[in-house]
Parts: sequence; structure tokens; C-alpha cells
Amino acid sequence: MMSLLGQGLVLTGQIFVVTLLGSLPLGVLIALGRMSKFKPLAWVMRAYISFMRGTPLMLQLMALMFGPYYLFGLQLGSDWKFWACDIGFILNYAAYFAEIYRSGIQSIPRGQYEAAEVLGYSRTQTFMRIVLPQVMKRILPAMGNEVITLVKDTSLAFVLGIMEMFTQAKAIAASQVSMLPYIIAAAIYWGFTIVVEFILNRIEKKLDYYHD
Amino acid sequence: MTSLVSLQHARKSFGDVEVLKDISLTVEQGEVLAIIGPSGGGKSTLLRCCTLLETLDGGALSFGECVVTTDVDGHAAYGGKDVLRQARTHFGLVFQNFNLFPHYTVMRNLTDAPVTVQKVPKEQAEAKALQLLAKMGLEGKEDMVPCELSGGQQQRVAIARALMLDPAVLFFDEPTSALDPELTKGVLKVIRSLAEEHMTMVIVTHEMKFARDVADHVIFMDGGVIVEEGPAAEVIDNPKHERTRAFLLSEE
Repeated sequence: MMSLLGQGLVLTGQIFVVTLLGSLPLGVLIALGRMSKFKPLAWVMRAYISFMRGTPLMLQLMALMFGPYYLFGLQLGSDWKFWACDIGFILNYAAYFAEIYRSGIQSIPRGQYEAAEVLGYSRTQTFMRIVLPQVMKRILPAMGNEVITLVKDTSLAFVLGIMEMFTQAKAIAASQVSMLPYIIAAAIYWGFTIVVEFILNRIEKKLDYYHD
Repeated sequence: MTSLVSLQHARKSFGDVEVLKDISLTVEQGEVLAIIGPSGGGKSTLLRCCTLLETLDGGALSFGECVVTTDVDGHAAYGGKDVLRQARTHFGLVFQNFNLFPHYTVMRNLTDAPVTVQKVPKEQAEAKALQLLAKMGLEGKEDMVPCELSGGQQQRVAIARALMLDPAVLFFDEPTSALDPELTKGVLKVIRSLAEEHMTMVIVTHEMKFARDVADHVIFMDGGVIVEEGPAAEVIDNPKHERTRAFLLSEE
């Protein structure tokens, strides 16, 4: 049983890591688009965020999984479910992250931009060197919430038939007629989030060298 | 010889409110100009237009040979991005609220712009930063972050940060308004020592005594116009205009 749950945990961890690697940077781009002075882009990003937050992630995953076949008759092979899963999670979480970034970016005082401008920083340099590091500190608690939610949301990959930890636990519980697999899976999820909390705390401490 | 700063017939409105009405001024090499006047009189807007943080509606602005705007049929025609970038190398600005970068150490606040923007070697920038910090009375503070310093110290760091880029002229926007009298002294002392070295400066200030002592010229602004201008002692000790007199009395 443990080895099956362990195999599940590996997949769970993979979905978790790939989602963060994709959605954290993508969220920055979406946030910048959402705040763009070029109105059509801002509207598109606004609609995107609204849609991603306004429809179930489970439904989005299913649509990505089966959309290519239902809409275009494409047969994409058995690996497609992993792609659908990663793409779905990244696109969904990027929308949430984008709104958190936006709240952070808009909380940086105008004086910071003005000081950078007078010193000759380009807009990109100002954002990367002055704004973004300060944003990171401000949004860390809100990001922590989302990241911990993601640990548990990975179980939604179940609907795509991906044998991540929850799917494994469910299968074992059914075959052994036992509650135990669920209990162990719950303990592992909890342990996972405790590790995430620990890492977030470390980052928070590291950024604690200044306040503004 | 061309002036370090030349502003001619500057106009600026925010919506229906005309904040600057036909303002002209020049600043010569080594001159200290103080701009005084009541709040809402247009002093800060004038300074923000000079430092390119606001755009003029009309008028001509240039820094030495670098022409930022020309007046075309009453409208300010700004040069392109390159011109603005070039213009910014001519001046520095010290803000009322310091606007130091809170996540950088004092050292990094001073060296980041020279190293990133002007590609000065890091060691060279750091050596210069240490010199400037010593001059500001901030020895040993280089590894601190701004939140560990008093307001007066932060403002002196901000002055040092501006000086790192060797500006031809340094603008101050009410540099002591956010400070208590004790901390104000230290900042004024630093500005005074810069004046003694003939640093060219334009200072918006509420410190009348300081303006009279340090400035060569004083401009009194109210209602978006220059009401009175002239040698510092003359304007502050013997104001000719009724409004200047009333303002100076209320400031005492």
C-alpha cells in the first residue's frame, strides 16, 4: 500500500512543482497585462481572470482533456492527460497569482517609481530591481494561502485518471474495504503542507531584514 | 554661456486648475535658488515639471545644451525618449519623503543606479559611496537598511544617492518638511556645505532663515505665478510685494 501511495505522491509532487514553475511567472505577465494602459489587453486579461476564477477547475481540466477530441476530432494519445492536467493547473493558478501580484504591485508607493525614474532606471529595470522584490515581501502571506491550496487541489487530477496520491488512496480503499488509505493519504497531504509552511516561514524570515 | 537650467513661459494645468501660469527662470552654474511660497502656490509642480515627473502644457525647458521641450504655438513639444534620458543625467532630485529603496542597504541605494544605469564598475561606485557617506556624516551606516535610520539620516542618504550620479544641478522638494527641527538641522547643514562647494541647487523650502543664508536667489511663488524674485536677502528681508510680506509674516 505504501509503495502505491508513494508513487501517487511522486505524481502529486510533480503536478505541484510544474504548476508553480509555470503559473508563478505567467501570473506576472497576466498581472502586467491586466494593468496595461493598452485597454484591449487589459480587458482580455480581466475576462481571462474572471473566467478562470469563475468556473470550476475540475471543469477546466475536463474541457482541456476532452475538448481537442469533441471540438476538433483530435486523438491525442494517452499522454495527453498529463499535458491537460499541467496546462489546466498552470492556467488556473496563474489567474489567482495574477490578482495577488496586482494587489502587491499597486501597493508600492508612487515615490519609488519616481525615485527610480529620476535616477535613470528604465521601466524594466525599475520593475525588476525596485518594484518586484518589494512586491514579493508584501504578497508572501497571500501567496502562501494559494500554494497550500494547490497542494490539496492536485487531487483534482483524479478526474483525468491520473494516478496521483488521492486516486491511489481511493483505489486501495475500495479494494481493501478499508479507511486506512484515506487516513494515511490525509496525513501525507498534511505533512506536505507543513513542509510548504516551513519553507514559506523561512522566506518570510529572510525578507524580514527590512520593513517600510 | 548657456544656463544650467532654463525654463521659459512654463504653463501647466490640472483639469481646469491652472497651476503654473507663464513661469520663467534660469539657474546658472554654482547658483543656489530657493523657491518659497504658500502651499498650493505651484512650487512643487514647478519642481516636478523641471525634473520631468510632470509634463508641461506649454513652455520651453532645457538643461545646458540639452533641449527637453520647445514651445510650439503655445504647446510644449517634448523631445523623444533619448532626449529625456539624456536630460535626466543633468539633474538629481531629493524628495520630501526621501523615497529610498527600502529593500536595499544604504550602500546598494547609492551604488545600484551608477552600476546598473551608468555601468560604473562596482568597486569604483562603492569607493565613491563611502566618500559621500563620510561627507554626509554617515560613516559606518553603509550596511544598514533605511528603516534602521532616522528620517534625517535617510534624507542625507537620499542626498548622497543623488550626488552619486554627478548631477550638474540638484533639486530639492521640501527636503526637511517630513523632519522634526532637530533632524532638520543635520540635513540643512549638509545642504549648506554643498552650497559652500558651489554645487548648483534649486530648493523648494519652508525654512526662511535657511533660504536667506544659503540661497543666492529667491523666488516667491503664489497662485501659479512668480510674485517676486531677487537676491535672497532682499526678497526675504525687504519684500516689495504685499503678498510676499504677508507670507513671510505668517511664516515667522
